[in-house]
Amino acid sequence: MMFALEIPYWELTIIKTVIVLSIIPAGAVVLGYVFLLKMMAHMQSRMGPMEPGGFHGWFQLIGDGIKFIQKEDIIPGEADRRVFALAPLVVLISTFLLYVVVPTGPRLVVQNLDVGIFYALAVSSLGVIGVLMAGWASANKFALLGSLRAAGQLIAYELPLVLAVVGVVIQANTMSLQGIVHAQADGSIFGFSGLGNPFFFTQIVGFGIFLAAAQAELTQTPFDMPVAESELVAGYMTEYSGFRFLFFFMAEFGTALALSAIAATLYFGGWYQPLFKTGIMADLLGPVVLGIKVMLIAFLIFWIRFTFPRFREDQLQSFAWKILIPLSLVNIMVTAIFKVVL
Amino acid sequence: MVAQNVVFGILAVAMVAAAFRLVTTQNVVRAALFLAIVLAGAAGLYILLAAEFVAWVQVLVYIGAVVVLLLFGVMLTRAPIGRDADLDNDQRILGALVALFLFGALGAVLLDAFGSDKFGDFAIRRTAEVSDSIFGAYVVPFEVSSVLLLAALVGAVALARRD
Repeated sequence: MMFALEIPYWELTIIKTVIVLSIIPAGAVVLGYVFLLKMMAHMQSRMGPMEPGGFHGWFQLIGDGIKFIQKEDIIPGEADRRVFALAPLVVLISTFLLYVVVPTGPRLVVQNLDVGIFYALAVSSLGVIGVLMAGWASANKFALLGSLRAAGQLIAYELPLVLAVVGVVIQANTMSLQGIVHAQADGSIFGFSGLGNPFFFTQIVGFGIFLAAAQAELTQTPFDMPVAESELVAGYMTEYSGFRFLFFFMAEFGTALALSAIAATLYFGGWYQPLFKTGIMADLLGPVVLGIKVMLIAFLIFWIRFTFPRFREDQLQSFAWKILIPLSLVNIMVTAIFKVVL
Repeated sequence: MVAQNVVFGILAVAMVAAAFRLVTTQNVVRAALFLAIVLAGAAGLYILLAAEFVAWVQVLVYIGAVVVLLLFGVMLTRAPIGRDADLDNDQRILGALVALFLFGALGAVLLDAFGSDKFGDFAIRRTAEVSDSIFGAYVVPFEVSSVLLLAALVGAVALARRD
């Protein structure tokens, strides 16, 4: 320890909670601004978001925020009021819990759990309950159909997500995310250890599966049937307005950030950079390095989102069950064989 | 051990309240949501007992899969909002007797087996130890149960596909 700072457990927990709570809206704002408003505007020639405030439309997101907050909070008359009000919170809590295990430096992690990645996959499955609650409590057939589609999709793509991660776990010998980072930092590529050994090179199939499954978990185009605006208005979010809608929005982009960070940790070495492995410099550089890797992976996710048209519902299901899952099982077998042989 | 006792108290009260509402609520979807709270409380108890892996398995399997499947099935068939008068049956006395018997039997077994243990005296089980014992000492029961599940899966497909 370079500085002998002793903070009581409770204070430390509160500080960590506040930091994670502020990362979700901040991350959502950054991703929404950079990708949704700027990249999408350029790629799809949507000129509106480039205007407000003068320079590159910097005021657009602030204006959107003001608009959402001052909107009336409408709950449909037939709705189940309590479940309706709780649903966005459940989705947001699932996002919040994801951040607990993501390491941003050798010592900068909320809690380095022994079963880190397994924990992350377990809590990410809680969001489905919030989506089902939202769709059912809205008392709207479009919302109900949307949430049923979302649940079917999230269940189907949970499997390839888990199976893709198994390859990394086999190679790293651990489920702790911090341990996975160290396994990559200490590795070498054919004897060259200058860059460590990012699992991207050996687990490239797994990375592709993880990215496709994450895209579906986030219900981004081409997997956005649950909110397909041409068929279901806005799916399970149809009846939500104002800050409750904002919660769903923040949860979506907060989860995008968290899954990108987990992908960066699993396949690109997370906070690791070749210069400093331990010490205060690694802790200071860690968040920056992880941030750059996260933005690159988020760029991939949003690039796919802005480029491809929507799948059909049956294509979506057969893609998961007939292509992704068998492929990830083969990936696990090949990884295991190499693990035993080498 | 004060903090653990306080947390156990909170979890226990929440679980009992949710379990009570689960059987008294007049709405089937709300009942499923109360079930999710009870199962989450059980996961919290596992964490208190330092069984981290089991706790997250509980979250992933019971909340993330079983409750979701339950909600999914209910919503696909019939899930009205508001009170549902026929969500009750006339076997309350029988149900209470079975619950009382289960409470007594389980309580007696637990007291007999762990009655002298103090809270916090147990060793923390690392996940690696759990997997070592599953794939070492208990590999045969593990494989047998997976074959059983496979048979159930094949049976379900055979029942569902009558073409």
